[in-house]
Amino acid sequence: MTVAPEREEYDVVVIGAGPAGLAAAATSSEAGLSTLLLDENVGPGGQVFRAIDSTPVTERNQLGADYWVGAELVQALRASDAEVIHRATVWSLDRNLDIAVSIGGASAFVKAKRVILATGALERPFPIPGWTLPGVMTAGAAQTMLKSSALVPDGPTVIAGQGPLLWLLAAQILRLGGRIDRILDTTERGNYFAALPHAFAFLTSPYFTKGLSMMREVKAKVQVVSGVTELSASGDGQLASMSYVAGGKREIIPADLLLLHQGVVPNVNLAMAAGIEHRWDDLQLCWSPVLDASGHSSVAGIAIAGDGAGIGGANAAVVRGRIAARAAVEALAPAAAAKLPAMASLRADLAKAERGRVFLDTLFRPAPQFRIPAGDTIVCRCEEVTAKDILDAVAIGATGPNQLKAYRRTGMGPCQGRLCGLTVTELMAQARGKSPQEIGYYRLRAPVKPITLAELAAVPKSEDDIKAVVRG
Amino acid sequence: MTKNVDAIVVGGGIHGCSTALHLCLAGLKPVLIEKDYAGRHASGVNAGGVRQLARHIPEIPLSIRSMEIWEKISDLLDDDCSFESYGQVLVAENEEELAICRARVTELNALGFTHEELIDTAELRRLVPAVAETCPGGVVSRRDGAANPAQATTAFRRKAEQLGATVREGVAATNIRHTDSLWHVDVGAESFAAPVLVNAAGAWAGTIAATLGEPVPVETVAPMLMITSRVPHFIGPVVILRGRKLSFKQFENGTVLIGGGHLATPYQDRNETVLDWKSLATSARTVFELFPVMRDATIMRAWAGIEAKTKDDLPVFGPSSRHKGLYHQFGFSLHGFQLGPGAGAVMAELIVNGGTQTRVGDLGIERFYSPTL
Repeated sequence: MTVAPEREEYDVVVIGAGPAGLAAAATSSEAGLSTLLLDENVGPGGQVFRAIDSTPVTERNQLGADYWVGAELVQALRASDAEVIHRATVWSLDRNLDIAVSIGGASAFVKAKRVILATGALERPFPIPGWTLPGVMTAGAAQTMLKSSALVPDGPTVIAGQGPLLWLLAAQILRLGGRIDRILDTTERGNYFAALPHAFAFLTSPYFTKGLSMMREVKAKVQVVSGVTELSASGDGQLASMSYVAGGKREIIPADLLLLHQGVVPNVNLAMAAGIEHRWDDLQLCWSPVLDASGHSSVAGIAIAGDGAGIGGANAAVVRGRIAARAAVEALAPAAAAKLPAMASLRADLAKAERGRVFLDTLFRPAPQFRIPAGDTIVCRCEEVTAKDILDAVAIGATGPNQLKAYRRTGMGPCQGRLCGLTVTELMAQARGKSPQEIGYYRLRAPVKPITLAELAAVPKSEDDIKAVVRG
Repeated sequence: MTKNVDAIVVGGGIHGCSTALHLCLAGLKPVLIEKDYAGRHASGVNAGGVRQLARHIPEIPLSIRSMEIWEKISDLLDDDCSFESYGQVLVAENEEELAICRARVTELNALGFTHEELIDTAELRRLVPAVAETCPGGVVSRRDGAANPAQATTAFRRKAEQLGATVREGVAATNIRHTDSLWHVDVGAESFAAPVLVNAAGAWAGTIAATLGEPVPVETVAPMLMITSRVPHFIGPVVILRGRKLSFKQFENGTVLIGGGHLATPYQDRNETVLDWKSLATSARTVFELFPVMRDATIMRAWAGIEAKTKDDLPVFGPSSRHKGLYHQFGFSLHGFQLGPGAGAVMAELIVNGGTQTRVGDLGIERFYSPTL
């Protein structure tokens, strides 16, 4: 069934129903603002709380206590008057705060006085040789299957990469009876030393004990190879084996399924397409929007909360959602803001939630060889462009990702750069001896997610159309 | 410290790049100054139509001159610019439109131009089998085609640099002035001086002309385009409609470009455009009606490039009416891409020889001034 937005204009439109979006929409609505929450998934939760009100996994311990926090957020939202539409893909947002959204195959346009983007994170590309083979997928994709359908791997399975989510996924797979043959940990040894100065904050953060016990739980059941410096997947049209180097020794093992993960990065596509300024983050190695303390972006009226504002994790996302919503309330209905928690206390909550983040970012900073591929390794999957192709284009004058489009169609396929953008920026920066900030990123344009021609043709007619303008 | 060069070309669109290249071929050493990068705006993001079809009569000689260069573009640039020549077809959707087409072709023939050819419904369906059966005919220009605009503009820039042009990208030309019979321009910390200045600054050219005392009626526009996912090959020529705003081109990789001149809102100072999806929906509806095969295709991306449009839709091309050594090359009004190669060649002739065999006299800036001034 198709549910169109009830109104043409709202005080606040929140995009994304993960932790930040759920919190933002509930806060904004509780303060009396007309609020619309648009979300792409079938139900609330985003990635971290995916399928929170529909998962077949009922034993709470299997997905962990952190997961079930999402249920409280959903309850708060449901108790509010916010209008919530799922399976709603926002495909355009511009600086006039005009929003185009596709719901059940039909597009509608709505206008907002304030927009809170809570579009979360994406997994960082992991461009190793063979990463495009069937049988290789991201850990996030595996987790989606696990949460929504309780599906876990049962053939020879290897997990490679690093980061907190990798260990969480491994623990979840094992708890649900899934199979993992080996974990190849790509954390650079030097990162442990680099992260040490930030360890105190981490030790006093909630991540520490949880993370440690999860790693212990996994290591008790699976062989973990640390210090992996090289990875490649191979097979004839289908993944058959994995090759890796650890401690200078190469080993080849059979695998049906390879799950890759080396952290998450802000999902910037909609924000960039709206014209919001982003900067390169040298620690997190990704683009992050330029925001003020309330999450407000360079485009008037648009705020960003959650991991889309820079990776901070679910707890920080919830607080950022509340901060952005409170700022919207302050602007649109100042009297109602008095009823909400004070901004100062929200900011204190945020500082607490972000404690330990620098340690994690430093420890799990992906190694260059896993971010910047060489030779025949595919960079752009949509157009099958290799690292060598890109270096060749640089050699004859391509200076940045947008210029590269003139030589190679990188970033012009259906993924709109989600799977290649960071790689292209870093690869070109390295080749040209420039910083990623100087090299820049693809200019992104709507539709941020493809829509069918038929769907666009079916939107309500404009005045232009009615006048049937004749070519001069 | 001022660097002396033979010519200063302001604007790294296909026009500025082509003029710089042709000046190099004539033995001059120009500097090409582009505030962003070559092909950043309309030249790099237009529909790529290489079209003689349906042009205003005063610019047809320039278009024909350009076509000769396009057909040998690899010889000039060592880059094929993805130029392909499957013709361009103007479709008449009814008998009235076909009558207008017939009159147009007759008029061109009387002027000695033969590139446009009237076609009946059978030939239309042979050329464009997917077109709706109700269309009675149209006009074809068989040598026309399309190229990759960013690739082409970049290739002109690259070749100009190889042949000795100095290229400055990412810094705007400022403080343009004429002293001691030389044009002076600041580019960041650098200064250049030359006896010749070419104003090929696209949407920014009107301001330059006005600053130099030659205002022209020109506005900034941003025509929108959208591109679809790959669909099975079903159409060779570029198709434009006689009666509705639509141009349509399928590339070799199967993607389809839909344009036609619906406008976005340009924010020139920010290098930004805001798209008008309701107008794009109009284009989508037209395609939906004419090409049922396209209905399930997905729209991958839409965009708009910023450019200059004059009051009479003709470019401002040729020497200044006021200043010695100043030449204008702007205001191509949504149809400048195909003209780029030829316009550069002709501009170099005007600069180096003081004249050209190609008829461009109707395009001069003086047309905007009454003879008494």
